[in-house]
Amino acid sequence: MADQPNGPVTAPAQAGHMLERARWAARSFATYSQADVDRIVRAVADVAHDNAQRYAEWAVRETGFGVAEHKLRKNQACSRGLLDTYMGHDYVSPRVRHDDKVVEVPRPAGVVLALTPSTNPVATVFFKVILALMTRNAVVVSPHPMAKECCHDAAQLLAAAAVEAGAPDGVVQCVAEPTIPLVEALMGDARTNVILATGGTGVVRAAYGSGNPAIGVGPGNVPVLVDASADVRAAARRLVESKAFDNSVLCTNESVLIAEEAIADQLGRELERAGAAVLGADDAQRLRDFMFPYGRLNVDVVGKDASWIAQQAGIRVGPRTKVLVAPFSVAVPEEPLTHEKLSPVLGMIRVPDTLTGIATARAIVRIAGAGHSAAIHSTDPATVMRYAADVPVLRVSVNVGNSTGSSGLDTNLAPTMTIGTGFVGRSALGENLQPKHLVNWTRIAYNSDPAEAMPAYAGLSPWRDHHGPVPAYPLASNDDRTVAPTHVDALVDRIGARTGGATGDDAAFREQVRRLVVEELSHLIKG
Amino acid sequence: MHDYDAFSFDSKAEMLEKSAQYWNPDKTKFWSDSGIDLVIDRREGYLLWDMDGRRLIDVHLNGGTYNLGHRNPEVVAAVKRAMDRFDVGNHHFPSLGRTALAEALVESAPASLTKVAYASGGGEAIDIALKSARHAMQKRKIVSIVKAYHGHTGLAVATGDDRFSKLFLADRPEEFPQVPFNDLEAMEQALKGRDVAAVIMETIPATYGFPLPQPGYLEAVKRLCEKYDALYIADEVQTGLMRTGELWGITKHGVEPDILVSGKGLSGGIYPIAAVLLSERAGAWLREDGFGHISTFGGAELGCVAALKTLEISRRPEVRSMVHYIADQVGSGLRQVQARYPDWFVGIRQNGVVLGLEFAHPEGAKYVMRELYALGVWAIFSTLDPRVLQYKPGILMTPDLVEELLDRTALAIGRAAADPAVSRRRAS
Repeated sequence: MADQPNGPVTAPAQAGHMLERARWAARSFATYSQADVDRIVRAVADVAHDNAQRYAEWAVRETGFGVAEHKLRKNQACSRGLLDTYMGHDYVSPRVRHDDKVVEVPRPAGVVLALTPSTNPVATVFFKVILALMTRNAVVVSPHPMAKECCHDAAQLLAAAAVEAGAPDGVVQCVAEPTIPLVEALMGDARTNVILATGGTGVVRAAYGSGNPAIGVGPGNVPVLVDASADVRAAARRLVESKAFDNSVLCTNESVLIAEEAIADQLGRELERAGAAVLGADDAQRLRDFMFPYGRLNVDVVGKDASWIAQQAGIRVGPRTKVLVAPFSVAVPEEPLTHEKLSPVLGMIRVPDTLTGIATARAIVRIAGAGHSAAIHSTDPATVMRYAADVPVLRVSVNVGNSTGSSGLDTNLAPTMTIGTGFVGRSALGENLQPKHLVNWTRIAYNSDPAEAMPAYAGLSPWRDHHGPVPAYPLASNDDRTVAPTHVDALVDRIGARTGGATGDDAAFREQVRRLVVEELSHLIKG
Repeated sequence: MHDYDAFSFDSKAEMLEKSAQYWNPDKTKFWSDSGIDLVIDRREGYLLWDMDGRRLIDVHLNGGTYNLGHRNPEVVAAVKRAMDRFDVGNHHFPSLGRTALAEALVESAPASLTKVAYASGGGEAIDIALKSARHAMQKRKIVSIVKAYHGHTGLAVATGDDRFSKLFLADRPEEFPQVPFNDLEAMEQALKGRDVAAVIMETIPATYGFPLPQPGYLEAVKRLCEKYDALYIADEVQTGLMRTGELWGITKHGVEPDILVSGKGLSGGIYPIAAVLLSERAGAWLREDGFGHISTFGGAELGCVAALKTLEISRRPEVRSMVHYIADQVGSGLRQVQARYPDWFVGIRQNGVVLGLEFAHPEGAKYVMRELYALGVWAIFSTLDPRVLQYKPGILMTPDLVEELLDRTALAIGRAAADPAVSRRRAS
């Protein structure tokens, strides 16, 4: 259509209107001040945090994947956790660089289309919504169909919290009934400014093929090397805990354990002590037969716990077994245990030395998981360096469980639900997804000639504070019930002066007074 | 050569000549005299193209008929699909399409309205409304507003300006008294005799340039109707279907009308249809003699499909939100223009995307209309108050198009202000 953006309009009917509404919201949101954004993000993170438990249970119930207790942890990390991590970060105010005479003005992406997976459903909704809000973007969530109910509910809750805190109407929306054709249409529509694709390879490739800017991530298949220098007991404990985390449904859970021969027996014993069952060759074969019939992963095992899997495979293990460790001897693609398992089953291979171990890790990543993550338990920096250089992944977690290591929950990497796999992993993103990836900067660049001075730009901001609903309700123009913001500001100042509590920089107090005043005024008017 | 498959014209000049010769000489001449040489050819969304290829943004929308844009793809698809199964239908019998649409309309409207009767256009729908009121109340008088406009059929035209009623000797002032808008005292005087069947009110009188009801006016008129036993008929032909930011403009006033009339936009701009929503009391004839009003094309089933789709689109929460954004941006954009020409652009009447722009010249809107036309925007002056330009953005307008519209409008208003004829008249 000629009055549409420069590009295809592919999203049909109501879904198209969702994008259109998001475009309006994004335009308004892009004029908000840092104080507005702080207030909105805090409100949304708080409500997400308060509901973390409920959605953790709901996600397990709806998808059948994972462990509620672990999902709770992720939901918390992706709500208040994000708030803490990015405390003091500012993706809103212009940055003045006096040294090189450049001023940077942030320009949000606009409409973010957030695809969220079934394995990490609500945490990813929280994560992407909060990142979008931190950077003044509108977001349309398209959840995986297996998790659509909990995700839709969560998105609605965050949307209401955002609007209540003054965000523009429609800034957070969610597709209620996702289907493949609908998601493809949303991805291809020119009204989508960037796609955040977390999910299976299919959906990520489709995002990149859509013609729109996309940040998609590839699959993981995490090798973990334990060398002879490692604290074997600590490594075993961390491995079991990490492998059991959320029943190993994450792309960051370890997939194959590579043990240096010198410590392999000891590691096996420590793994058992930590709650794993190290299987013999016969049981390992039973597990293969059950988990990989016809060479492909049996999806029934995804996100299930270890004792259930053992029982189904006909293996006797203790009732409290958290992880099944299945030894194998050759790291080649036709060995099923080298592939991603999405369940608390860890393949284990012994190697004579670290160099063979590194080569084995390369072999694992060659099968799948390029650009993603690897882990190592070692006290030898030279080995860690060699491992990081040789294994084509973009994060190597050291002496930590990888599931919470790569995702930044137990390391100082950016906490994320979206792991960039970089060029080697066919992604535009090589880091953990962070707010900075959702904003561009317009750069004002002055003549570098020292004779041409750049002004100070002190206190200059193109944005303004917002105090009322956006958009304003369309009252008739002769209806004087509209409360002009300037009016409110004057009253706030007066009341603030009277109570003596408000200093000019006490934004929270002013906001509270403002809200009271607006409420009072609207009561007066209605009365 | 302009080839339109079913017919063709050699040139625009030839077409205009034939228009005057075979169709309507006065109307054809009126527009060429007004400097508007528009013959609408291609149309898409909120854009029109003249026969000579010139592109225009449409903020006339033919009174809201193209509320969802020209040839809205969803409405077109729905009607195309329906044509494989339905036709006009047979008004004698219970009908699939009419029943489905009636249920949807009743569900969408204030709770007072429980039945639906159909017409092929707004005028006929007003006639049904007035007939229903007369039957229910067993009284003849209908009170309307001076400069009201409710259409051109037999009864409807009598409620309107005498320009149209006298022309065809259809004025009947004794049965159709008129009172000034926003004058409650006059309204009470008119109703006091308890001989009035109904008051008919456009929620915002369109052809009169959208003067806004004073806050509380419509509510008070409704109370007077109750006090003096008359029905309240809400003509929502131009204010319905989300144009005020709510589905029916009258609900913003908290009024539960006895009768509500919808037309124009209900068709989706694709298949003519109009509807009258009636309370149990107003719709009494539907229980007594269901053949009381007959309309072969009223509620044609293809029209019902167009209307159902139109209603569904208009009721989407996303669309409601978009209308609020559009209203907000258009309003603030126009206020900025007004600040530049405060003595010329003297008023903005706005409720949602229903707007009347007032200019300081008895025919000010005609000057602005011409400048807008030259700058690629089609908006029409108000027939019954040519100071006021009707300015009616569509409810699905995109952010970019709204911005473009405002740019063009600012230029046109400035150019009209500079027109020597305008400044001469304003000075005198």
